[in-house]
Amino acid sequence: MENMETNISIKNLDLSFGAVDVLKNLNLDIGQGEFLVLLGSSGCGKSTLLNCIAGLLEITDGQIFIGGRNVTWEEPSKRGIGMVFQSYALYPQMTVEGNLTFGLKNAKVPKAEIEERVARAAKILQIEPLLKRKPAALSGGQRQRVAIGRALVRDVDVFLFDEPLSNLDAKLRADLRVEIKQLHQTLANTMIYVTHDQVEAMTLADRIAIMRGGLILQLGSPDEIYSRPANKYVAEFIGSPSMNFFEGHIDDSGFATQGLHVPLQGYDFAGPRPQGPAWLGIRPEHIASGEVASAHPVQMTGKAELIEPLGSDTLVRSRVGDRQIWLRMDGQIKPRPGDELPIGFDPAMASLFDKDSEERL
Amino acid sequence: MADLSTNPAHRAGDRTEAGPRGRRPKRAFSGRNIMIYGTLIVVALYYLLPLYVMVVTSLKGMPEIRLGNIFSPPMEITFAPWKKAWAEACTGLNCDGLSRGFGNSIKIMVPSVILSIVIASLNGYALANWKFKGADIFFTILIIGAFIPYQVMLYPIVILLREAGLYGSLTGLIIVHTIFGMPILTLLFRNYFTSVPEELFKAARVDGAGFWGIYFRIMLPMSLPIFVVAMILQVTGIWNDFLFGVVYTRPENYPMTVQLNNIVNSVQGVKEYNVNMAATLLTGLVPLIIYFISGKLFVRGIAAGAVKG
Amino acid sequence: MSDRPSRLFHNLNAKIASIPMALTAMVVFLGGSIWTVVYSFTNSKLLPRAKWAGLDQYERLWGTERWLISIENLAIYGVLSLIFSLVIGFVLAALMDQKIRFEDTFRTIFLYPFALSFIVTGLVWQWLLNPEFGIQSVIRDLGFESFNFDPLYNADIAIYGILIAGLWQGTGLVMCLMLAGLRGIDEDIWKASRIDGIPMWKTYLLVVIPMMRPVFITTLVIITAGIVKLYDLVVAQTGGGPGIATEVPAKYVYDMMFQAQNLGQGFAASTMMLISVIIIIIPWAYLEFGGKRRG
Repeated sequence: MENMETNISIKNLDLSFGAVDVLKNLNLDIGQGEFLVLLGSSGCGKSTLLNCIAGLLEITDGQIFIGGRNVTWEEPSKRGIGMVFQSYALYPQMTVEGNLTFGLKNAKVPKAEIEERVARAAKILQIEPLLKRKPAALSGGQRQRVAIGRALVRDVDVFLFDEPLSNLDAKLRADLRVEIKQLHQTLANTMIYVTHDQVEAMTLADRIAIMRGGLILQLGSPDEIYSRPANKYVAEFIGSPSMNFFEGHIDDSGFATQGLHVPLQGYDFAGPRPQGPAWLGIRPEHIASGEVASAHPVQMTGKAELIEPLGSDTLVRSRVGDRQIWLRMDGQIKPRPGDELPIGFDPAMASLFDKDSEERL
Repeated sequence: MADLSTNPAHRAGDRTEAGPRGRRPKRAFSGRNIMIYGTLIVVALYYLLPLYVMVVTSLKGMPEIRLGNIFSPPMEITFAPWKKAWAEACTGLNCDGLSRGFGNSIKIMVPSVILSIVIASLNGYALANWKFKGADIFFTILIIGAFIPYQVMLYPIVILLREAGLYGSLTGLIIVHTIFGMPILTLLFRNYFTSVPEELFKAARVDGAGFWGIYFRIMLPMSLPIFVVAMILQVTGIWNDFLFGVVYTRPENYPMTVQLNNIVNSVQGVKEYNVNMAATLLTGLVPLIIYFISGKLFVRGIAAGAVKG
Repeated sequence: MSDRPSRLFHNLNAKIASIPMALTAMVVFLGGSIWTVVYSFTNSKLLPRAKWAGLDQYERLWGTERWLISIENLAIYGVLSLIFSLVIGFVLAALMDQKIRFEDTFRTIFLYPFALSFIVTGLVWQWLLNPEFGIQSVIRDLGFESFNFDPLYNADIAIYGILIAGLWQGTGLVMCLMLAGLRGIDEDIWKASRIDGIPMWKTYLLVVIPMMRPVFITTLVIITAGIVKLYDLVVAQTGGGPGIATEVPAKYVYDMMFQAQNLGQGFAASTMMLISVIIIIIPWAYLEFGGKRRG
């Protein structure tokens, strides 16, 4: 993202409610046209951060720049943002058209231009037939489209999404997710998107910021987050089922844990090669089973305990010694509980974390 | 074939056997139903009795009242008691009936209802959506105030009104009604506005609407039912008030309830029970009409307004 | 970029809109109450005078027969109307909750007295209980010559006459609150109790009523707050008579302040009312709000 012009810049942002610090000295730069996803479990501060950017929450300290302008003390409507909410937040007594034009009328935009913008937004979102209806007469998906339209007509550089798909059912959520991605490709404006759904985050984002306790734990592309998680929390949070962890010790010969020795030749250390207690994590999909397992540097035998067929994949919980290890297999393979499975993995695909700081090694 | 297909027992592929089948039969006069409806009807009759007695008494002449019992329907219907109650009954020196009190009550009620609702809805809106430091302290005191017996604040308000030169006037009473209606109405509006999704308010702010813009364009149109509830609450409450009327107004400004009490409980002259009942009915008519028209909304209002006691 | 507004003018419109609320809360409710309490320690007569009299007014108050009778009446009326309105109100609500037909009609009938003024209620019952023409005479005419029910003329039972009228007016409200409480109970509770074979009355007694505890407490507070204010009904129905048999504290306060020109007594009596309400409200507020301060 180095080559991108910075559009939104958050500098040393603090927010506290009384004695409770919600955001702590937070810094974040978002490039022009970037799709940034704020991801975290509930209470991590991601929605709070979005509300601060929107100006709906008054910050305690720090600065917010949008488009090079310091908007820290600016009213939400003057920040050049549009916002889409989880509950759609459509004005129930106004028609769809009224909802789309309310902000523009407040901003005293000329009538002809309002019509033009509404027509354009309605066309992009395919809601032209709905313009005269009231929100109560719309389905959930239609409502969310109108809510997006309300941001669209504002003709702004920055879109803020606050868990916009959480109230929709699974099928619709997937459809609208694709539409939002398409919209971003069409408009090429900056989007900040808050969600707790990692699939949304992985599929939509240019970069993901994983938050916890008011801090950004890792900021990076979906690939970076997935393959090189910065710490154990991120590693566990991303991916389902979660990464398998082994507690052990790093010495000169590699990573040693109970009944298993893992050579670390192929592992790309984040710094100089360390020594001492550590966690080794390996994703279920990076563990091979069956005949191909013998090709991997680390090999074990597991006993299948629980099978979850997903169609495309099969998830298997297997037991190795007194450990449980999750594997992801091809959907065509159908083991049964009790089967002995030869399994193996390549340490190059694993992640190592310090035992105490839980930071990536 | 037609015969077979209409008989359910012979439907093609029917696999039912002998024994209970289909809907379980219900007895309309089961013991349980008799108990439930019997009790409800008896209690309902007890509740209706006073209304019935009021109506029949007000339509009888005095001789018939002295002879008959209060439950018997009038043998000869007369509207003279109604006329007298409305236009001729005496309180003190005035002999222009309840019509004067009716006029006063209207003059008190209309501005009080409007003023109290405007103020309370703005209070509730500010409390729900535009919290500022200290707002909750005022609100807490206000709500506690709803439970303080009026008697405690009766005299201090006399002093305040006297200082303002409003003691005894209709304006003074209007202010008093606005003050004492404030706790419950503010609570009503605050709770309602709080229940409006906060995201809607945020969306309106992103759309550039301010304090007044959001109030008039978003909140007000959304909350018409709660305004109706508040109106019902205030109209009946203010109409039925007696204490404030008698304390804060001069006799010529007395509201209808005070005048009614003075007419009926005056010690002078012969008691005319038919006129008394006509006057009582007349006074109860406004809230009763509102009650019967508004139905469920009234129930909502009193559930919220019950705190008023 | 706009200037940061100063703290005072921040949210200015909301503050302007809250001025009436702030004035009412601080000047009338808080200021007025404090003023009354302070002046209850003076010997104010026709006009309030800041002449210190210590606890004189309270000593005189508790030595006055009329005040003692007022307290006794309020206690009788209060306890009985609490018990009866809660029991009757709950039974009616439970009956109404049996998916009956004409529910709206029944509710309309039970609740209409609540729409009426206490003055109207008092005058109707004054007429119904009139011994020469009312219920007593009607029942005697039916042949029960010795039937005696004249609460408005018999000082011993006069307060029960008021109680009947008060219950007639107020029970519908309790029924409504209880019905709302019953409707708020999860339908699945009833399904579970049917499957477990628990009889309906037992479900009410052991499951539903305990679940409705908050509704009962709120109703209790509402009825109690109303009882303390009891005034109009007495004025209309009996005027405090016969003699002083149906006097109540609120009427004592009014009469002292505005008829007897004895402001100090009125202030002292109203302070006593304030104290009694505080004793009721504080435990309730603690139960209701104390536990869930957060959020």
